[in-house]
Amino acid sequence: MQTLVAYVENKPGVLNRVSSLARRLAINIDSLTVGPTENEEIARMTIVAHTDEKGAHRLEASLEKLVDVLLAENISNRSILERDLALIKVLADQKNRPHLMELIKVFRARVVDVAPESLILEVSGTVDKIDGLLEVLRPFGVLEMARTGRIAMTRGGDLLRPPAADEPEVSAIPETRAGTMVSN
Amino acid sequence: MKLTGAEILCESLTRLGVKHIFGYPGGAILPVYDALGKSKLHHVLVRHEQGATHMADGYARASGEVGCAMATSGPGATNMVTGIATAMLDSSPVVCITGQVSSKVLGSDAFQEIDITGITMPITKHNVVVTRAEDIARAVREAFLIAASGRPGPVLVDITKDAQQASCEFDWNASAPKLPPKRQRINYDQAEFDRAVELLNSAKRPLILAGHGIIVSGAMKAFEQFVRAGNYPVAMTLLGIGCFPAKDPLNLGMMGMHGEAWVNNAIQESDLLIAVGMRFDDRVTGDLRTYAKNARKIHIEIDRAEINKNVPVDAALIGDAREVLEKLSPHIETRDHGVWLRHIQESKGDSAVRDIQSLPDNGHLYAAHVINDIWKETRGEAIVVTDVGQHQMWEAQYYHHNLPRTLITSGGLGTMGFALPAAIGAKFARPDAEVWVVVGDGGFQMTMSELATIVQEKINIKIAIINNGFLGMVRQWQEFFYDKRYVATPLVAPDFAALANAFGIRGERIATRAEVIPCIRAARQSKETVLIDFRVEQEDSVYPMVAAGASLHDMIRRPDSPLVETATEP
Repeated sequence: MQTLVAYVENKPGVLNRVSSLARRLAINIDSLTVGPTENEEIARMTIVAHTDEKGAHRLEASLEKLVDVLLAENISNRSILERDLALIKVLADQKNRPHLMELIKVFRARVVDVAPESLILEVSGTVDKIDGLLEVLRPFGVLEMARTGRIAMTRGGDLLRPPAADEPEVSAIPETRAGTMVSN
Repeated sequence: MKLTGAEILCESLTRLGVKHIFGYPGGAILPVYDALGKSKLHHVLVRHEQGATHMADGYARASGEVGCAMATSGPGATNMVTGIATAMLDSSPVVCITGQVSSKVLGSDAFQEIDITGITMPITKHNVVVTRAEDIARAVREAFLIAASGRPGPVLVDITKDAQQASCEFDWNASAPKLPPKRQRINYDQAEFDRAVELLNSAKRPLILAGHGIIVSGAMKAFEQFVRAGNYPVAMTLLGIGCFPAKDPLNLGMMGMHGEAWVNNAIQESDLLIAVGMRFDDRVTGDLRTYAKNARKIHIEIDRAEINKNVPVDAALIGDAREVLEKLSPHIETRDHGVWLRHIQESKGDSAVRDIQSLPDNGHLYAAHVINDIWKETRGEAIVVTDVGQHQMWEAQYYHHNLPRTLITSGGLGTMGFALPAAIGAKFARPDAEVWVVVGDGGFQMTMSELATIVQEKINIKIAIINNGFLGMVRQWQEFFYDKRYVATPLVAPDFAALANAFGIRGERIATRAEVIPCIRAARQSKETVLIDFRVEQEDSVYPMVAAGASLHDMIRRPDSPLVETATEP
């Protein structure tokens, strides 16, 4: 499993280009999250893909070839923080409700909706943590679940920021006239 | 100055240096055609939109400039798909402009509405829908910029009819390209460069794999200096042909599935492969597990996604071929590869180019004769545009190109029907050049309607149909791998000479070797297009051949008859 972060233009069709590219490279996407950044013209994606390092390199380099992708980076080998958020609707009658509440405490989940026969829990954390909670909830009866997929960020001073047009390391392709014959 | 979107498009294309547009009108692009009529742009009316894209592609490959094709919405746009994919696979800078239904009815399955940007997403470098007249100039300028920069490729601009019709203020300066900012990656660090230099200076059996990227980057001079600096033998990919003169003793010829045996053997024996502007396609590597096992590899390539894709390399210098080669050449210290060069020379002994000149005339006409004679008669200076199949491989083997951009052929996609329209495009790019089409009887029948375009545009190209009555390359595979079960490969064709006459083109039919040269000479003297139907041996095969998926050194060799292999220099 490889984790990539991409900054893309926040406009229609870009998600299609990104997911279509993964399909073309025969790379299965495990999760893909998109959200706005502090700059409304730029969105940030976290892509978790079923592939090896070689596949991730190909995906990263191919993503950067897309005009609408400002930056793509495989962060799998870096020190990163990953989070997934889940809403879980679980069967909760009067009998098992106290037991359930204890588990919720241990997993630091929150009850966000209470109904006579069920609860909705909100839990965030690593995939392992959420999978762990699910495991213990299953005997109670999981009625419904929604997960956001992973978002990831590199730790500490390792910054991954979208390039801005006025930064010196940002490339500017010179406009070529169609009429310049390339000879030798 | 207030202009309509259609006028803005024509004005922008003119300012971008476009001279010819290859296209076909229709409802959703009509406003543009109306404006075209008032502009100085020359429009070439094609007979099928696939032809338009191949012409723009041929134009781009012959000139190094961006080629421009145009079509209406719906079927006009979908007919372009094969041509766009052809340009994509061969990194050819083509801009396709399609009309689209009005933005108000977009998404309603209106008449001739199709999601062409959705369809072409994986086969274009970029594509865009334009729904406002104000956005046309910038979109077109960006399209040309994207098509021509970096690793070139096709870009499609889909313009709705209302955007073409609406009027707005036209300001060229205000519509400069505004592409998203990209982070500039460090292409390679000093350590990577030093590693490459170290490999170059310690190799005993170095070999250059020269690809299309050298021609695209205009690196021919830098490449030659690099070759001389290290005294390196050069093997070429199909699309690399022309990047280095065929007559140079260091040029070994083409590698790969139908490469010469000594070239493929040299690759397998090499201890350092220097790949320049090529992408280790399966047609040049054969089985990857046995490919150049003892060789270290340096990869000079502009596209980072190509690095380590098929073949893991020891040093990757990501960048423009010319820039990288210019940096490398001064660091080369070792150039004494005499033993290695002599070894390659000796290995030619058993397998050199078939000297078909010295063969007695046995009554048979071979495709190789025809192509070799075209080469001799044109002194290797013509632009040859081929289709796909046996004749394409024979062209690569028997026509010795000394100049870049003189072999135009569909390599990556292998598109039959490419040759005739691409040659028309090439002729517009280089009106003074002699342009020859070398095409099979199968591929010719795919796009032969463009003969009418030739007549309407009054252009002068020479068409050599290598007619063997079969889909030759497929027949060859059936012969080798399917026990000669010739399913769907015998091919009925019209009388091509009579067909040419019907179009108003001079047509000839040649069936014997003695007639070949006089006919080529007569065709060259004509100021008009001439079509020659060469009736060649039906069941000849291209040798040597590396079967798909076999090891590169595992070649099927020509049996002793009918053509004898003897050693001579091209």
